[in-house]
Amino acid sequence: MKNFGYTIQRDQSIDIDQNDRRIVNYLLSLEPSFNLCLGCGSCTGTCTAGHFVDFNIRRVHTLLRRGESKQLKTEMKKCMFCGKCQLVCPRGVNLRNLIITIQRAIEQIG
Amino acid sequence: MECQLGNQKPPLFLNFTEMKKRIIIIGGGIAGMTVAGALPSNEFDIILIEKEILPGGHVAKWDRLFPSRRPAKEVLDFVQKSMAKNVVIKTGSTITTIHRDQNLFTLHLNGEEPIVGDAVVLATGFDLFDARKKEEYGYGIYNNVITSEELEQIFHEGKKLTTSEGKTPQRIGIIHCVGSRDEKVGNLYCSKVCCVTGVKQAIEIKEMLPECEIFSFYMDLRMYDRNFEELYYEAQQKWGINFIRGRLSECAENPGHSLIIKTEDTLTGHPLKMTVDMIILLVGFVPSPETKRIARMLDLQTGQDGFLLSSDEHYNDNSTSVPGVFLTGAVKGPACIVNTIADARATALQIERFLITGISE
Repeated sequence: MKNFGYTIQRDQSIDIDQNDRRIVNYLLSLEPSFNLCLGCGSCTGTCTAGHFVDFNIRRVHTLLRRGESKQLKTEMKKCMFCGKCQLVCPRGVNLRNLIITIQRAIEQIG
Repeated sequence: MECQLGNQKPPLFLNFTEMKKRIIIIGGGIAGMTVAGALPSNEFDIILIEKEILPGGHVAKWDRLFPSRRPAKEVLDFVQKSMAKNVVIKTGSTITTIHRDQNLFTLHLNGEEPIVGDAVVLATGFDLFDARKKEEYGYGIYNNVITSEELEQIFHEGKKLTTSEGKTPQRIGIIHCVGSRDEKVGNLYCSKVCCVTGVKQAIEIKEMLPECEIFSFYMDLRMYDRNFEELYYEAQQKWGINFIRGRLSECAENPGHSLIIKTEDTLTGHPLKMTVDMIILLVGFVPSPETKRIARMLDLQTGQDGFLLSSDEHYNDNSTSVPGVFLTGAVKGPACIVNTIADARATALQIERFLITGISE
């Protein structure tokens, strides 16, 4: 087949078959309240960091569940640990511990 | 296998020499009144006890009903008229104690002769969530934060909706799930009727104030019943109401008493803030302290959500672990009027069967 010189684009869809879900399993074992999230967005709505930079903890959570952990390392550095997310969460998710645990997971898995 | 429907037949001829059996219904809202109306009043003595001066419960305070927006008064009148004239209604009566002696219940009321009955129905309903418990929404702190019940009263009294400064609001936020689906306030359950109430009230505000912009903040819109989904489409297509998927995080007051609200617009994935002139909090159902108090006197069981438990959620949803004590309506959890009336009629059948055959399940 003639090569036209186009680069092959990587598939941008979430591929559950290929994705590594070790991080989410690790998080669930260490912070079971992670399971309580109903995706309402209260945390992101009140997030101090999220109003200045592109940081969305609700989205990070959903992506992790799908095994999407690209750019997680830089993402987690944006949190200021103010804890407002935890104050407004209607389900009592321990969000600060969640972020610390994610950071630890990144260190371990690399 | 032979189908054995109706093998417990009531006697063909009633024994009029015996004293009529007495049914005491506690609670004079639509649930209690429907039970009273559905029971054959020539066969039983029916007594309805209501703590307020007038019967009618929450529905008496409501203006129009979802999804058709018919006047609440129509339904209330229908239920009231269904009660025969010989139903004894005691209003302004509070129960102090209840004694159970074998198959008889003795109810002591404040400053009145005790009443003895053969069956007791708990139709004491629910309370609305106290929005002050959700402090970050500012109810009781900022004047322009009101509840869905207060909005309904404004409609009911035929008043014009204004801000606390008397101005016509240009932009209103409607906040779903206040006191529902919220573990922080101890209520894990969904209150069922607030979603469609929010949509109904949004349309009614638009009818009153066509220039006003309305934004509804929701987590899910649970349009579970007939014509609810259609009402939701009408709100979007005909009335231009904006729906934003995100639970309200916080509300603060600006100088001049307008409000700034923050949420995440979860469908775009961005935090969102906006200024509104007022917000309406869709307050959910909570078990009433009065229901809990009476339930304790009768040794009734309570679910984890605080509402009362029937014998079986599927096929014995009106009887309880105590023979002769029946539950009806919102004492068992959030319920709309349609479900409450159906449940109350089912309760009447159960009581009748119990008093004739002695079978409580």
